[in-house]
Amino acid sequence: MKAIIRTKLESPREAAPLAVFRILFGFMMLFSIIRFWYHGWIESLYLEPDFHFSYYGFEWVKPLGPYTYLIFLLCALSSVGIALGYKYRWSSILFFLSFTYIELVDKTTYLNHYYFISVLSLLMIFLPLQAYYSVDAWKKPGKAFQLLPSWPVLSLRLLLGIVYFYAGLAKLNSDWMLKAMPLKIWLPSKFDIPMIGGLLGQEWVQYAFSWTGALFDLAVPFLLLSKRTRVPAFIVLVIFHVLTRVLFPIGMFPYIMIVSALIFFPASVHHRFLEILSRLTGIIKQRFDNGRRLVSNYGYAHTFKMTFFALFFGVQILFPWRYLLYPGELFWTEEGYRFSWRVMLMEKSGYAQFKVVDEDSGKWVYVDNSEFLTAFQEKQMSFQPDFILEFAHFLEDHYRQLGWGDVGVYVDSRVALNGRLSRPFIDPRADLTQYEDTFKPKTWILPFHDTIKGL
Amino acid sequence: MIRRPMKRIIPSLILLVTIWACSSDSAGEPQVDPQPEPVSFERSEMLENWADNIILPSYQDFSTRLNTMNTIYIDFKSNPSEEQLQKLRDAWLDAYLGWQAVAMFEIGPAETVGYRLAMNTYPTDANTLEEYLASGSYDLSLPANRDVKGFPALDYLINGLATSDSQIVARYQGADQQAHFEYIDAVIQDMLSLTTQVIQGWEGGFRDAFVANDGASATASTDRMVNDFIFYYEKHLRAGKMGIPLGVFTGSKAPQTLEAYYRTTVGKELFLAATVAVQDFFNGKHYGKSAFGKSLASYLQDLNTLKDGAALDEIINEQLDLAMEQVNALGDFRTEIENNDPPRAMLLAYDEVQRVVPLFKVDMVSAMSISVDFVDADGD
Repeated sequence: MKAIIRTKLESPREAAPLAVFRILFGFMMLFSIIRFWYHGWIESLYLEPDFHFSYYGFEWVKPLGPYTYLIFLLCALSSVGIALGYKYRWSSILFFLSFTYIELVDKTTYLNHYYFISVLSLLMIFLPLQAYYSVDAWKKPGKAFQLLPSWPVLSLRLLLGIVYFYAGLAKLNSDWMLKAMPLKIWLPSKFDIPMIGGLLGQEWVQYAFSWTGALFDLAVPFLLLSKRTRVPAFIVLVIFHVLTRVLFPIGMFPYIMIVSALIFFPASVHHRFLEILSRLTGIIKQRFDNGRRLVSNYGYAHTFKMTFFALFFGVQILFPWRYLLYPGELFWTEEGYRFSWRVMLMEKSGYAQFKVVDEDSGKWVYVDNSEFLTAFQEKQMSFQPDFILEFAHFLEDHYRQLGWGDVGVYVDSRVALNGRLSRPFIDPRADLTQYEDTFKPKTWILPFHDTIKGL
Repeated sequence: MIRRPMKRIIPSLILLVTIWACSSDSAGEPQVDPQPEPVSFERSEMLENWADNIILPSYQDFSTRLNTMNTIYIDFKSNPSEEQLQKLRDAWLDAYLGWQAVAMFEIGPAETVGYRLAMNTYPTDANTLEEYLASGSYDLSLPANRDVKGFPALDYLINGLATSDSQIVARYQGADQQAHFEYIDAVIQDMLSLTTQVIQGWEGGFRDAFVANDGASATASTDRMVNDFIFYYEKHLRAGKMGIPLGVFTGSKAPQTLEAYYRTTVGKELFLAATVAVQDFFNGKHYGKSAFGKSLASYLQDLNTLKDGAALDEIINEQLDLAMEQVNALGDFRTEIENNDPPRAMLLAYDEVQRVVPLFKVDMVSAMSISVDFVDADGD
C-alpha cells in the first residue's frame, strides 16, 4: 500500500503545468494588489481606521502607518518574483509572509479567498515550481528540470479539491437547500444585470442556483480528475465563476479559481500555452525542454517536507469540522465559522448599541460606534460575537483612559439571519468586560430559537 | 467527445462573456441597461416616485413657505410691532414644519452645499450670534458659522432675545435696529439662496441622473438613499430631536440642545412632522396628496419577506405608529425634560422611537441587500 502511494507520488510528470500555474498565479496576485491599491483600500481599510479587529493570538499584527504601503509593495514585487520564477523560494516566502501579514491586520476584511491565497502560498513554498520555464531555471541549467515527481501537482489538486468539496458540504443545510436562502435575498437585488437580471426574482431560479451551486461544488473536483468529464466540467466551472463574479462583490476570487483549475489539465495544454507565450515574448522554450528529471532524494529535507505536507493537509481536512465541538447554531454563534470554506453562505446583519457604565459612580454613556469604527467595520462587528467582545474591551480601555473607574460594557444588539426577523443577539445583562475571548463556547450569546438542519 | 458539445458551448460562452463585459467591476457611473422583463421590483419606478412625487414637491412647498416667511419678515421690518412679531413667528414655524419634510434628503445638490447642517444646526451659539450682532462683521457662508444661522438662529432672534415679547420687539426698535435687521436679512438670504441652489440642482440634471442610477451597488441611488434615510432617522431624528436632549447617550439631560429651544412648545410638533415625513417617504406617499407610489414599503412587499407571520413593512409601520402615539401623549419636550428627573415618560417614548432603528438598519437593509460600502465581501 505504502509502496503504491509512494510510486504514485514519485512517478514523473511534466513540469509545464506547474510553470503555467506559477506564472498565472503570480501575475494575478500582482493584479489583485494593484486593484486593491487602485480602489483606495490600503488607505480606507488599513490606514484610516483607528482601531483594528485582531485575530485571536495575532494582536501584535498592526498596520505600520505609511510603511503599510511598503508591505504591499513587497507583496507586489514578490508576486512578480513568483511569476518569473526569479529567486523563487525567497519570492514565495516573502509573498506568503507579506500577504498573510496584511490579512492578519484586521479580520473585518476576512475573505475566504484571502485565506485560500495565504494557504496556497504557504504550500507553494514547498513546491519546486521554479524547475521549469523560470528565470531560476534559465540561469542555473543544473537546477532546471523538465520532469518532476507527481506530488507537487497532486498536492495543488488536493488543496483545490478540498476548497470546492468543503464549500459544497457547507451548503448542505436546510436554509440553503430548502429555503433557497440567502440567494432568495441576494439574487432579486441584482435585477440590473443585463439579460438575466429579470429572471433572478423568480423563485425557481433561486432554488435552481442553490441546488446547482451545491452540486457543482461537491462534484467538480472529481469531474476534473476524470479525463472524460474534464472539459465539460471546466466549462461549467468557468460559467459558474463568471456568474458569481457578475452577481456578487467577491473581487478576484472567481478568476483565481478558474486559473487554478487548469492544474487538472494534462501537460499538453500547458505546453501549448507556453509555446504561445514563448512566441510572444521571444523566450526560447527549448532551453527548458531538457528532458532532465528531478528525483526526490530521501534525506532529512524530504522527510521534513513530507511531514509538513501531512500536517498541512491534516489541518486542512480537520479544521473545518471544529464547529462540531461547539453547542448552538454555527451560523448564529459563528464559533468555528471562518477558515472552513463557507463562502456566500448567509445573509447576516446586525445592530449593536453599546452602553458603557462606570460601576463606581453609576455614570453611563451610549457609544456612537462610528466615532471609532468605519462603516464597514461597524457592519462586520455588529453580527460577529468575537468582534463585539473585542470592541467592548477596546471601549473599556478607552473609558479607563478617560479616567472612568470600574468600567462595565453592555450591548443591546439584534441580528437578522437569512431572512428571519431580527432577534436579540448578545445577552444585554452581560458585562462584556468580564469575558475574555477564548476558544471556549461563548455563554453570553443568546440562543437562536430556530434550527438550521444539516452539516 | 469534445467537438459536439462545443456547438452549444460556444454560443453560451459568447453570451456569458457579453454579460461579463456588460457588468462593471467597480460601482462607478450609472449604466444604461436593456430593460429586462418587469418580473422583479423595478427600482427605477421607485426612484421616479421619490424624485417626482415626494422630493421635488417637498422642496417646492418648503421653498414657498420660506418665501412667505421672508415676505412677512419684510412687513415686520417696516413695522416691528409685537403683532407683526407674532405673525413672523407663525411663518417661521410654518417654514420650519415644511423643512422637516426635506431634511432627510441630504443627497445630490443638498449634499454638495451641506444643506442640512447649514439650515438646521442646533443648538445655536447665542454668544457668537450676539457678538456678530454687536460687531456687524460675519460671513455666514463659512462652515464654522453653521451654528449661528438657519432656523435655530432665527429661533433665537425672534423667540430668545429676551424673556418678554415687548423686550424682544424693543431690540428691533432701538439703536441696534439696523444691525439686527441686517443679520436676519443675511440669515434668510442664505437660506433662500441655498434652497434655490438645491432645487435648481434637482431640476437641472440631478433628477435624471438620480433616476437613471437605478442599479444595485453602494453608489446606486437606492442604496445611497436608503443609507442616508436610515442615517437621518438614527442621527437627526432619534438622537438629535430626542436622544441628545434627553441625555440618553451621556446620562445627563441637556434640554438646551432641543430643536426650537426658545419656542418651548414646538419641539414635539417638529419631531412629529419629521416622523410623519419619514413614514410617508417609507410608504411612498405623494407629498401633500393622498396617493401612494412605489416605495421602500412596496419594495419589501414585493420581496415577499414574510417573517414571523407578519410582513416587515407592516411591522415597521406599526412601530412608527406606536412611537408617534407615545410621543403625541407627551407634553412639550422642553417641559417634559426640565420638569421631570428622570423624564421617564419621554424616555419610554424614546424607546419606541429607538425600536424602529434596528428594523430599518438590520431587517430592511438585509431584506433589500443594500450595500453599505464598496468593498469585496463574500457574504460571510
